[in-house]
Amino acid sequence: MDRNRKVAAAWLLAAVVGAGSLAAQEKSTAIQEIEKYRAALGDDNPAELWEARGEDLWKEKRGPKNASLEKCDLGLGAGVVKGVYTVLPKYFEDTGKVEDLESRLVTCMVTLQGFTPEEAKKNPFGGPGKKVPMDALVAYIVSQSRGMKMNVAATHPKEMEAYELGRKIFFYHGGPHDFACETCHGADGKRIRLQDLPNLTKTADVQKTYSTWPAYRVSEGEVRTMQWRLKDCFRQQRFPELEYASPASIALTMFLAKSANGVVLNAPAVKR
Amino acid sequence: MTTKAIAATILLAAAVGCAHMASNAPAEPGNDQVKAVLEGSFKALGQAGLDRLDQDDVQRICSAASAGQGLSKEDAARIEKEQLATIKYPSDGYMGDWKNGEKIAQLGRGKQFSDNPHEPSGGNCYACHELTKEEISFGTIGPSLRNFGKNRGFTPEMQKYTYAKIYNSEAFAACSNMPRFGHMGILTEKQIKDVTALLMDPQSPVNK
Repeated sequence: MDRNRKVAAAWLLAAVVGAGSLAAQEKSTAIQEIEKYRAALGDDNPAELWEARGEDLWKEKRGPKNASLEKCDLGLGAGVVKGVYTVLPKYFEDTGKVEDLESRLVTCMVTLQGFTPEEAKKNPFGGPGKKVPMDALVAYIVSQSRGMKMNVAATHPKEMEAYELGRKIFFYHGGPHDFACETCHGADGKRIRLQDLPNLTKTADVQKTYSTWPAYRVSEGEVRTMQWRLKDCFRQQRFPELEYASPASIALTMFLAKSANGVVLNAPAVKR
Repeated sequence: MTTKAIAATILLAAAVGCAHMASNAPAEPGNDQVKAVLEGSFKALGQAGLDRLDQDDVQRICSAASAGQGLSKEDAARIEKEQLATIKYPSDGYMGDWKNGEKIAQLGRGKQFSDNPHEPSGGNCYACHELTKEEISFGTIGPSLRNFGKNRGFTPEMQKYTYAKIYNSEAFAACSNMPRFGHMGILTEKQIKDVTALLMDPQSPVNK
């Protein structure tokens, strides 16, 4: 019951925060409200609901093959979830590709459960009144690395290639606004409006950022994954739509994950 | 002993890392490879077609520059000269209505695949700049523009410069973070005049 009340509060706040365009005064009030909300939550994190649902989904027999994901090799051997997010993205022999957590889950949904790749990649992001398996599975797997240090090897030539590609994409300027990731995330202490921007070319900032994604977004009442984060950044960059689990998305994730090596994961976190 | 062992390990790791880099590291991906990966990773949506992945000369040079190559004086000078030549000035003066300019400066809509392409884009100036005293929700990617005209003088030359800077920022600072609002068709001539007035009209709250 307590949990339900908190979720209701989260939705309510999300509605308040999300409502229309906010004037400056209202915006700073909204930030204060989020801080109050966080304080009220204490150590509780609404992402726990996604984590619990994800654990059930991990064990649930689904798909044409009526199989669970429990034999999925996410990078530390079949069925190992503890600590596996710390070594991703990585190269997988069976697919011959570098995969992040989300693309690897797609791979397992295809190979173990018999979904088509299109089915496995369809609707990866939840929304109001729309529960989807992927963000819950991600929340569960990531939660199993909470408190552990990021430790991406990036020693395989394909991993190194992904890192270098991701780095180049980070600095790739294009579109009507000439924006690259770097435009907003390439210098210290910058803001868009009142929103602080991490400098993702700097170790301390990239560590702080990477270790707190995925996150429960108070303003949306959803757990948002790294794939979602990147896709929505490119929308604001005025680029076309970044395809789910695409090579560019994995390369960028590799660039960020390796840059964050050594940081203790605290995700899924709670964010504005 | 432990410290020494750790130091030795780190040294070894560094040495191995270097050797690894030298022997195994893939060559840094060229522009064509990056472009090919991007084209295989994005799809057209709404008004955002895949042609947005095509870089012009400025975007190509500035990508390489920001990725670590740096910007040569020659490239910077050439970009500024060529971009200056793109600017189309209005025939009836540079100054519009600062009140409209303030609305354009506030509006963040425009050019995203989630935006309606039939509605006018905003300039979203406040995302990056401080402008008026009243608006405290401003970003800091660009410099403060408080008292822009007051500090620079309300001269016709400054009006022209202001219009031109908004039209094509690359004409004055190669690889600037600021979009080329006129050159790239983000804002219309009339809108740029209104934003110019926001910055240059003595009655504008920017100069109060």
